[in-house]
Amino acid sequence: MMLEIQELSASYGDLPALRQVSLKADAGKIVALIGPNGAGKTTLLRTIVGLHRPTAGAVLLDGKPLHHIPAHQIIEHGIALVPEGRRLFGGMTVLENLQVGAYSERARKVQAQAFKQVFEIFPVLAERRDSLARTLSGGMQQMLAIGRALVASPRILLLDEPSLGLAPIMVQNIFTVVQRINRDGTTVFLVEQNARTALELAHDAYILEQGRIVGHNSAAAMLKDEQVRQAYLGYGGKAEG
Amino acid sequence: MQTIIQNLVFGLFVGSIYGIGALGLSLVFGVLKLLNVAHGEFVMIGAYACYWIFVGLGIDPFLSLVIVLPLMFGLGLIFNTLLFEPLTRLETETKIRNSLLVSFGLGLVLQNGAQLWWTGDERSVQTSYAGLGFNIGGVVFPYTRLATFALTLIAIFALWFLLQHTRLGKAIRATAEDWEAATQAGINIRWIYLVTFGLGVACAGIAGVLLAVTFGFQPNIGFVWTLKALIVVVLAGTGSVFGAFPAGLLLGLAEAVSGLTIGADYREVVGLLLFLTVLLVRPQGLFGKE
Repeated sequence: MMLEIQELSASYGDLPALRQVSLKADAGKIVALIGPNGAGKTTLLRTIVGLHRPTAGAVLLDGKPLHHIPAHQIIEHGIALVPEGRRLFGGMTVLENLQVGAYSERARKVQAQAFKQVFEIFPVLAERRDSLARTLSGGMQQMLAIGRALVASPRILLLDEPSLGLAPIMVQNIFTVVQRINRDGTTVFLVEQNARTALELAHDAYILEQGRIVGHNSAAAMLKDEQVRQAYLGYGGKAEG
Repeated sequence: MQTIIQNLVFGLFVGSIYGIGALGLSLVFGVLKLLNVAHGEFVMIGAYACYWIFVGLGIDPFLSLVIVLPLMFGLGLIFNTLLFEPLTRLETETKIRNSLLVSFGLGLVLQNGAQLWWTGDERSVQTSYAGLGFNIGGVVFPYTRLATFALTLIAIFALWFLLQHTRLGKAIRATAEDWEAATQAGINIRWIYLVTFGLGVACAGIAGVLLAVTFGFQPNIGFVWTLKALIVVVLAGTGSVFGAFPAGLLLGLAEAVSGLTIGADYREVVGLLLFLTVLLVRPQGLFGKE
C-alpha cells in the first residue's frame, strides 16, 4: 500500500468540492481517476499536495498522514504533481525549469542520475535545453512538465490531464512515457478526461462525479462495463464492432 | 554645447541612482506581487544611515555601503515579517490594495519618525574629495559621480548574477512566475518572499547612500523617490526587473533635457508626462513583453 485517501472532504467557501472521497493507489500501479469536468478531480490532486486544505478526512502515505505537512515539503516525501495546464516557468529555460524541479533536498541527492534519466526519456529536452519554456510546442511543454516532476525522482507521480490540448499522436507519446516511468518503479495516479486512453493504461480506476467516488474497479473491467462505456467512452449502449 | 553635454552626463549619473532604486521596487512587485510605496522612505533611511556613519564614525560614504547594505537588508526582513508577510496569502488584487494601505502608513511613520529623531534639517555628505574630478573638453566628471555610476553597475551585475546563476535566484524567479508550481518543487515561498523583500530594501539602501553623496536630503524626500521609482518601473514594464536600469537612465536624461529647455522647476512634470505617455502608447513598458 502506498497512497490512501480516507473520507476526504474539501470545499471552496460554502461550495463542497469533494465529499468523503476514499481511494487507494497501491505501490507500482497506475491508478486512473476519471470523471466529467468539474467533478473535483483537480481539487483532489491539489488537496493531496497541500495546495488546498481539506475540511475533513485524511491523506496517508504508507499510513502516515500528509495533510498537515506544508505544501513545499510534500515533494520531500516523494509525491510530485504534474499540474493541469503544465504550469511551467515560461520565462526560464528548459534546463532552468528542470533545475527548479530539482530544488528539493530529495532531488539534490540524486540530481545527476535523475537528469540523465529525464534526458534519456525525453531526448528533445536535452536538445532544447537553452530554449525558453514558453517557446516550446504543447507536446514538448508537457514533456518538460513531466521531466520537471521526474528530476525529484518521486515515488508517486500525480498527473493532472496530461493529454489536454495535445494532438492524438502526442497523447500516445505521453502515455507511452507514463507507462515506462511506471515500469521503472514509480506509482502513477492519473487524472484524465480522456477516459478510454486512461483506462487502457491503468491497472485500477475510480470514477469521480460531483465530488463523490461513484465507481471503482480494475481498469480492464471498467472498459467492459456497460454504464461506463455509455457515460465515458462514447458508445451508445452498443457493443464494440 | 558644453553645458548641454554636462547636463546630459549629470542626468545619466542621477538616472543610475533612479535605476537601482526602482530595481528594488520592481523586484518586490514582481516576486511578492505587492506594491511598497514606502520604498522611497527606505531610500531616505539609507541616506541617513550613510550620513550618520559618515558623521559619527568618519567612515567614507562609499565604504559605508558595507554597513548600510546588511542594515537595510535586515530592516527589510523585519518589516516584511511584521507588515507584509500577513498580506502574502491574500488574492492578488486584494494583496495589492492592502499593500498600498500598509506601505503608505509605513511611509508616513518612517518619515515622521525621521523628522522626530533627525529633525527636518537638510543634510548632505561632504567628502574631502567632493569637488574633485577630471575634465574632458570642458565637461566635468566628478569622482563621486563616477563612483556612483560604477557602484550601480556593480550592484546590478551582482543582482543579475544572483537571479540568473544561483539556486536561490532561480527559486526567486520561479516563485515570481508561478508560486504554486514553485511550491510543488519544494520551494518555501515564504522564505523567498522574505529574502526578496530584504533585497528590495537593500537596493533602496544603495540608492540612499548614492543619493546622500549627490544631493542634500531631508526626511520628506521619500515620496519623490517612490514616485520616481514608480515612473521608472512603468517605463521599464512591470515584468522587466532589469529594464529598470536603462529606464532609470532615461528618466535621468529626460529630466536633464527638461532642465535645459523648460527650466529645472518642471523636472518632476517631465517624469510624469513620460509616465503617462508610456502608459498610453506602450502599456507593457519599454522593455516589457506581450
